Amino acid sequence: MEAYPRPRFEQPRVGLIERAGFLHLDVITLFAGIGVIGFSIYTLGVATAEDVAGDPYYYVVRQAVYAVVGIALMLAVARVDYSRFRELRVGIYTAMIVSICLVFLFAEATRGSRRWIELPFFTFQPSELGKVLLILTLSAFVIDRARRGTEARRTGRILLLGLVPALLVFLQPDLGTGLVYAVITIAVLFVAGTSWTHFAVLGTLALGVIAVVLWVAPALGAPVLQDYQQERLTAFLNPSDDPADSSYQINQALIAVGSGGKTGRGDDATQTQEGFLPERHTDFIFAVVGERFGFVGAAFLLSLYALLIWRALRTMTLSKNLYGSMIAGGIAAMLIFHVFINVGMTLGIAPITGIPLPLMSAGGSSVIVTFIALGLLQSIYVQSQLASRQGSIPVLR
Amino acid sequence: MYLDRDWRRPPVPAQFSLRVAILGGVGLVVFAVIFLRLWYLGVLSGDRYLAEAQNNQVREFTVQAPRGEVLDRDGKPLVTNRTALELQIKQTDLPASPEARRRVFERLAEVAGMKTSEIRTEIRKQTRAAPSSPVALRRDVPYQLVYYLRENQARFPGVSVERIYVRRYPREALAAHLLGYVGEVTEEDLGDPRYSSLDPGDHVGKAGVEYTYDSLLRGVNGATRVKVDAAGTPTGGRLSVREPSAGNDLRLTIDSGVQAAGESAIAGLGLPGGFVAMNVNSGELLGLGSSPSFDPAVFAKPSLPQSEYQALIDEDLGAPLTNRATQGLYPTGSTFKLVTALAALASGNLETDEVINDDGLYRLGTIEFRNAGDVAHGPIALRRALQVSSDVFFYTLGDRMNLDEGDGGPLQEWARKLGFGEPTGLDVGGELEGLLPTPEWRQELYERSQEPESPEGRAVVAADFYEYGGLDRPWSVGDNVNLSVGQGDLQANPLQLAVAYATLANGGSVVRPHVGMQVEDPAGQVIQAIEPEPRREVEIEPQWRTTIMQGLRDAAMAPSGTSYNVFGGYPVEIAGKTGTAERGVGRADQSWYVAVAPYDDPKYVVAVTIEGGGFGADAAAPATREILTELLRVNEEKIDQVSSSSAEVFE
Repeated sequence: MEAYPRPRFEQPRVGLIERAGFLHLDVITLFAGIGVIGFSIYTLGVATAEDVAGDPYYYVVRQAVYAVVGIALMLAVARVDYSRFRELRVGIYTAMIVSICLVFLFAEATRGSRRWIELPFFTFQPSELGKVLLILTLSAFVIDRARRGTEARRTGRILLLGLVPALLVFLQPDLGTGLVYAVITIAVLFVAGTSWTHFAVLGTLALGVIAVVLWVAPALGAPVLQDYQQERLTAFLNPSDDPADSSYQINQALIAVGSGGKTGRGDDATQTQEGFLPERHTDFIFAVVGERFGFVGAAFLLSLYALLIWRALRTMTLSKNLYGSMIAGGIAAMLIFHVFINVGMTLGIAPITGIPLPLMSAGGSSVIVTFIALGLLQSIYVQSQLASRQGSIPVLR
Repeated sequence: MYLDRDWRRPPVPAQFSLRVAILGGVGLVVFAVIFLRLWYLGVLSGDRYLAEAQNNQVREFTVQAPRGEVLDRDGKPLVTNRTALELQIKQTDLPASPEARRRVFERLAEVAGMKTSEIRTEIRKQTRAAPSSPVALRRDVPYQLVYYLRENQARFPGVSVERIYVRRYPREALAAHLLGYVGEVTEEDLGDPRYSSLDPGDHVGKAGVEYTYDSLLRGVNGATRVKVDAAGTPTGGRLSVREPSAGNDLRLTIDSGVQAAGESAIAGLGLPGGFVAMNVNSGELLGLGSSPSFDPAVFAKPSLPQSEYQALIDEDLGAPLTNRATQGLYPTGSTFKLVTALAALASGNLETDEVINDDGLYRLGTIEFRNAGDVAHGPIALRRALQVSSDVFFYTLGDRMNLDEGDGGPLQEWARKLGFGEPTGLDVGGELEGLLPTPEWRQELYERSQEPESPEGRAVVAADFYEYGGLDRPWSVGDNVNLSVGQGDLQANPLQLAVAYATLANGGSVVRPHVGMQVEDPAGQVIQAIEPEPRREVEIEPQWRTTIMQGLRDAAMAPSGTSYNVFGGYPVEIAGKTGTAERGVGRADQSWYVAVAPYDDPKYVVAVTIEGGGFGADAAAPATREILTELLRVNEEKIDQVSSSSAEVFE
């Protein structure tokens, strides 16, 4: 009867996808990310056809290429055990600082700011990649220092490690990205369980710094911010004061989003189509969405972000170790901050700081880095799935 | 702190989950705020923003309407239009921050060849006058600048070059005082119902016929509403167009030949003066001018520099802006004798053939009034008295007609009837009414001089008297005697004198002088004829008129007439009267001449006055002759020059 010998080992049935290591991917994160980039490509397609003479698909093609590269990198990162990065923390941190410093040497100044390094095929913005690298390394340093010294010293040290690159970016000058670094630092400290008293002290200090930067220093004649930065930061507080400059953009953005109404103006859109609003394919792309697709379109896009952030928070709790939780927490905070500042700026409730809307704004560095961040989330998720099979306990069930 | 444990082991769940919850809570709040704001903007206020978005892309461009032309009576253009490229700054479109503004000004100063300080001064100056109009920086900028600004518009927010109509004066200074000028409407003007339909930046007449006939000359600006993009570049959609409609043309009664003759006759003397040439029946002015004159094109500049304006009103330069034909007030000298004669005849103080002995001296108490040059004309009647301009004859009449109270006697009454002491009602305005001395006027001045403070709270100063050539004393008969020969306190301008002579010439109509003849639409159709009614009629017996006219003809055409050596042998018979008025110690006499022509059937009156011209026959009469020659189309070639011996002829 037994014509065939039994196999020596019980081998579970493994399909193609699982063999490629993708079975454990978080499907919601995957599709929300792809949804946003798809929405971005569609929006750019309808809105920027006349931006570059003779090349109606200029931004579409570029964004699509970045999307493909980004998704590939995301899948690659998902397959790596993120815990490896903890071991490479010093090297990664050094590389990050060096790459940010490189822009001071090589970068072309665009509109008075040095942020980009020209590569043969790509304009690279090290400070964008730095966001993810900072999350990885700060979380690693937190764990590294976990049982050494007093808690105050630990907090101070992490703050220092976070604020050095934040300051470098700020000096480019790129105020928005500098703030993102600060937020990431705070988020990592927060997830790491830094005591409330420390946060209270930090909060007081931050308020003091803001007061000094915005009011005291300019009053004493030693402004920290450039005039235009100060203007942009405070213009949203009184938008009708000054129709010519910073608040011009706010007003035009408000008109764009407001005129979209419930379902949008489609191809009748004028605010974002006739050039009333600058930077419509990058910083102000949400205004394009609002005007063209209305409340419905904007709500759809925001829902996709909500999904991504929810999954990031969920991944935090599923992580097999604290390192993964901190990474996921940093990414969640980064996403929340980006969405709030960018969309809030378009809606006139947040200062103009010029940070991109993740996966929506046209731009290679931002798209690719966001996908890398999503790849890290996937990696944490996959590792937690594998660990639970092996019987280890995730951080939180 | 859960970190203190082994990081590989699960942390304290309570602390950790609280923190995850807080992070999630932050996210929730962020999304809630964004959604609410989005709902408010798009759904609750969507309509408002949609309207704003649509309004955002509509720009209204004003298309300036050309102003009507001003023509002389034969249709020869006196004022036309030309187009000019004007560099303008629209303040509302300038950047708001002072720093950005400064940069725009610096760039503009460089390309326009101006100083930034000039630009700022110009903006300040023009903003004071008309805060909401565009500031005109320069006219007639080169095309290269226009193209450069258009190509680099983004670097020059608020700066533009507009094609505008500018007044052009093909005859240059001809009739400058009548034509007036055009300027930007001021902020106060805009409140005037007269200018209710105007916008800041529009141009209106500021003086002369440009002012009087402004509403007819001014066109209606057109407007084009077009769709534009953010940079203001039209995107092709044209929403509505209102074509500008050109203003009407104004034809003046002025004959440019006569006008030119009058101006050159006075300018040729090199002394300040004024002239009037008028139709005695209708009051149409064929010429009215003043010397020195000015080029009205100076007012076509965006703004007249203070120094240039100062030169126009500088007394030492002859105050070119003053129109001596309507604003030059002088005693009229013997030309006033027409009024004295009429008043005496009408009041029964003189018969046309009554003889009065002129022994060269008229005694009034202790005061002696003498004839000019102390000549004695012997027993003479009115006709002869006018011919030789006997002062004693008229002194006698002045004495007879004196009344020491109220508005005075028949002399004042007739002077008033003929238009002295009041504006003639000339349509271009700007007249000074002059002064007709009366007992009441002098009495009041005298009484005020007796009190330190006047009832009106105004201190009377000596200048009040000197201004009128008098002393602080009450009225006396001597004042009337002086007035009878146009001396003393009398102040009148050439136009008033011309109207008085016209009244005699036409038999009693006190005409209303005017320069507007008719208004024609751009197609040339007359839409309004300007024919003002005479101001009033006065009763002049034909007998009086004949006698006076004869006397005036003899004065011009008969030997021993005061202007015989100017008009003797003139091909057209005219009536004319010289005048030589004393203007105080050390000042040369005011030279006057008034002519009515032709004598048989008077059509025109010409009045000329020359400051410091001396005897009427020396300066004013020759100038009058030049004007008459042009007016009557006399061929001077054929005129036998009167080479009568220069027998001393005195007034």
